[in-house]
Amino acid sequence: MTAVIEARGLGKRYGRRWALADCTLAVPAGRVVGLVGPNGAGKTTLLQLAAGLLAPTSGAITVLGHHPGGSPAQLSRVGFVAQDSPLYAGLSVAGHLRMGAWLNPGWDTEYAARRIRQLGLDLRQRAGSLSGGQRAQLALILAAAKRPELLLLDEPVASLDPLARREFLQGLMETVAEHGASVVLSSHLIADVERVCDFLIVLTASHVRAAGETEALLASHHRLSGPYRDPGTLPASWEVIEESHTGKQSVLLVRTDDPVLDPAWTDRPVSLEDLILAYLRQPGSGTGAGRPGLEVAS
Amino acid sequence: MIEFQLDTVSGVATYLQLVQQVHDALRLGLLEPGDKLPTAQQVVAKLAINPNTVLKAYRDLEREGLVRGRPGQGTFVIRSLPGTDPVTQRRFLAAMTDLLRSARSAGLGPDDIEAIYRTAVRGSFAEGVA
Repeated sequence: MTAVIEARGLGKRYGRRWALADCTLAVPAGRVVGLVGPNGAGKTTLLQLAAGLLAPTSGAITVLGHHPGGSPAQLSRVGFVAQDSPLYAGLSVAGHLRMGAWLNPGWDTEYAARRIRQLGLDLRQRAGSLSGGQRAQLALILAAAKRPELLLLDEPVASLDPLARREFLQGLMETVAEHGASVVLSSHLIADVERVCDFLIVLTASHVRAAGETEALLASHHRLSGPYRDPGTLPASWEVIEESHTGKQSVLLVRTDDPVLDPAWTDRPVSLEDLILAYLRQPGSGTGAGRPGLEVAS
Repeated sequence: MIEFQLDTVSGVATYLQLVQQVHDALRLGLLEPGDKLPTAQQVVAKLAINPNTVLKAYRDLEREGLVRGRPGQGTFVIRSLPGTDPVTQRRFLAAMTDLLRSARSAGLGPDDIEAIYRTAVRGSFAEGVA
């Protein structure tokens, strides 16, 4: 399986602050990847490194097997939509499409025209007067019509109302089904990530805390409750993500690939939301305990 | 054609929900051999879920021998699930729907109703065995 993004010891420093540090991961092809974490965790930095808009301070990153942004051919294989769907406010919808066709050798005119029609967008309307949802959709069409192998979307739905968000995700998933592109999208909205993503990267305080297939992550995390246990006596193969102990009881969120055999523990499955929030609440993750920095409700 | 629905609060994996809905439709005779399932693209355009999830559900159904994918044409039902007499099924579906409607208007929520349903199923089938 070829990786669409492969990072080894990747880091980016601004002055004395590391926006992203020691990032090692491999994202397989054909996935819809959710990149989650609080503000300032390094999500945008990682996406911009993958798009070739930033150069790493340390380590290395390859995208679709090549140096990101290294050549025109490489640029045409990756679609990137920055936060807040940047468009030219004074340019019409038709003008954006013409520009896309002119700038991109592999431009899919039929796809772009069909999506615009499905959404009922007026070709003469200026981008500045479109609704937030329409702007997000147009930015997606522009990025997808170049038929990239990888789509990078930075908070594509953050500023949209629930209906526009659902419509955007419908359009995105339809495009993925049609073109078979891999997608990496950052989001604050766990419900959306849960709905569309089959691979998850949790980023807090500039570090990757967890990365993997959603199903494998869910299978390897356990919510255990049982009689009080001295944390020092837990199996060495367990990574304790979260723990709380009262005099009589211990409740843990544990990551392990081994089955939990000790009958003293009650082993309950973990939801994606529980899992993400547990990582976000970890000490040093850069979020206050009461302010997970992610929206849970849809 | 079957219209899939998504229950986001049940905690049941999305692909399993799709598999379950095909099972139910087969059991109730709403899907029959020869019927076409919607394409992954049609399903995701409606539900905004990952296309891989739909493909995974269809692979499961294929492994069970219930459907077959024909390249370029789509996925088709090839076997029905043994159900009871469709007239009897429809009669009880109608009765159950009426009952649920009155339960809802009496203020019962899905959790209450499911708890009652499970208890009733356990009770009545235990009687049958005894």
